[in-house]
Amino acid sequence: MAEAVLNLQGIRVRYDESTVLEIDSLAVNTGEVLAVIGPNGAGKSTLLRLMALLQQPTLGKIYFHDREVIPTDSLAIRRRMASVFQEPLLLNASVYENAALGLKLRGMNRHTIEQRLRPWLKRLGIEHLASRKARTLSGGEAQRTSLVRALALDPEILFLDEPFSPLDPSTREALLLDLERILRETGITTVFVTHDRDEAFMFGHRIAVLIGGKLLQTGPTTEVFAHPENLEVAHFVGFDTKISGIVESASDELAQVHFNGGCAQVVGKFQAGEQLFLCLRPEDITLSLPGAEDPKSISCSRLQGKVLKVTPWGAHYRVALACGENRLVASITRPSFLELKIAEGDEIVASFNASAVHVIKRR
Amino acid sequence: MELIWKGIKHSCWLLLTGDAEVIGITLFSLQVSGAATGLSLVLGIPLGILLAMKRFPGRSLAVSLINTGMGLPPVVVGLFVTIFLWRSGPLGYMELLYTPAAMIIAQVVIAFPIVAGLTMAAFQSLNPNFRLQLLGIGASTPQLLWLLCKEARLPLLAAIMAGFGGVISEVGASMMVGGNIRGQTRVLTTATVLETSKGNFEIAIALGLILLVLTFAVNLLLTQIQQREQIRWPKPS
Repeated sequence: MAEAVLNLQGIRVRYDESTVLEIDSLAVNTGEVLAVIGPNGAGKSTLLRLMALLQQPTLGKIYFHDREVIPTDSLAIRRRMASVFQEPLLLNASVYENAALGLKLRGMNRHTIEQRLRPWLKRLGIEHLASRKARTLSGGEAQRTSLVRALALDPEILFLDEPFSPLDPSTREALLLDLERILRETGITTVFVTHDRDEAFMFGHRIAVLIGGKLLQTGPTTEVFAHPENLEVAHFVGFDTKISGIVESASDELAQVHFNGGCAQVVGKFQAGEQLFLCLRPEDITLSLPGAEDPKSISCSRLQGKVLKVTPWGAHYRVALACGENRLVASITRPSFLELKIAEGDEIVASFNASAVHVIKRR
Repeated sequence: MELIWKGIKHSCWLLLTGDAEVIGITLFSLQVSGAATGLSLVLGIPLGILLAMKRFPGRSLAVSLINTGMGLPPVVVGLFVTIFLWRSGPLGYMELLYTPAAMIIAQVVIAFPIVAGLTMAAFQSLNPNFRLQLLGIGASTPQLLWLLCKEARLPLLAAIMAGFGGVISEVGASMMVGGNIRGQTRVLTTATVLETSKGNFEIAIALGLILLVLTFAVNLLLTQIQQREQIRWPKPS
């Protein structure tokens, strides 16, 4: 098992009387990218500030390479870390001076700074901007400068707090790809905080889902995205549809689940009478007009309902449906949308495969 | 008009001929107000930073006091400093009344809240996340404060200008605690008052003009430094 660079134990952060963060245990292992995801106000930035030793917890201990961090060691340890925030926060100076700041704070001489900085300026494509005033930079260029400032420090752990949020889509994509490559090539241990699950999926070796100040699930990225342990995590990682049902019959690998407005087959070992939530991603739900369903599809995993709302969603359309008491969200391509000619109030049939259903047992 | 014109001519004459008394008063004014401004910076900048960056019980009261202090009438300051330094007052044993030290104390009381208040405003105008970012790349506390001061240097220069401007031009406090003693505690403002009361308008105008030129020169220097780094707003397209 990889050694933990950072380890949080029994952390509590309280403001006035309310607890905003409760982390019993969380480790960041050497060489991994830990993506911390959660909605706005979940406590992600507070968690990052604790990890980066920029804030003290009300309770709990933080270990850096298995050694408890005490206030007198804080500066020395902080100098083995680096942070990049949502805003680039550059000084009113040149790009080079800004990028060199962390190295300068560590008392390095000009020659060493030049040697450390140049490769990173080149790698992030801002070498030609070195003498430009930071205030004249675009958002993407400023964030690249901020990244150079952090990466040039050769940190043992890098903290990224939603660094791409304020950027326009094309700038964001270019920077995402560059950073993903850098992290892959260098293997820098990284904590990446984001509310964007796509970014988390792209970067994270492991994911920690933080909702309401509590870590609801931590695990390998694919595991968390495919098998969320509870409804909140499921919803956050993209299972927009939740159907509450009860197991009618079960065999070794398949179970038939009955719910208000229909039934569905799900994969897994269950017992008759068990209460379950069936969770579905929008892209796993297929829509068809009544009477035009694919005859090969399993008739059981089909629900007829009414279109509540159609929303253009990038290259797709999101269709909200009411099927009995259940609310479903499907995502269809533009050609499918044009072919089905869906409008609000239309009758529609939603179907899905048993293998697409993620089941959460009701407690 | 003739009176003003005579005054201007006389001031030029006094300066060009290097009138020992006028030059002495001018240099003494600069010394007293310079020392008071310097002390106000030493006290006011840390207090301004503290009030801007920390939350503690009594902070609101402290901020209110500083804001009130920014508009303290010099005569009131003079009155209280005089009472404190009076022979039978709490600090009477120090025998500072009618000395340059007493004038510096009074001017510090006037300039210090101005510097503290403007420093607080300067630091509050910085992005609060700056502090975290600088700590996040390894700044120690002194480095952090130095970098924040550098970042707030334009409004901080305004604080220095306002502090100096406030004390070089005040007359009430200097008159009361200094006594306007010739060759000892006479500054440009008190000398101007004295000459005016004696009806020596030419000399009074001359001293007033010197005071204006002096204030202008110091502020011009600081403004040059400040405006060199001013952001250029783009023209609307």
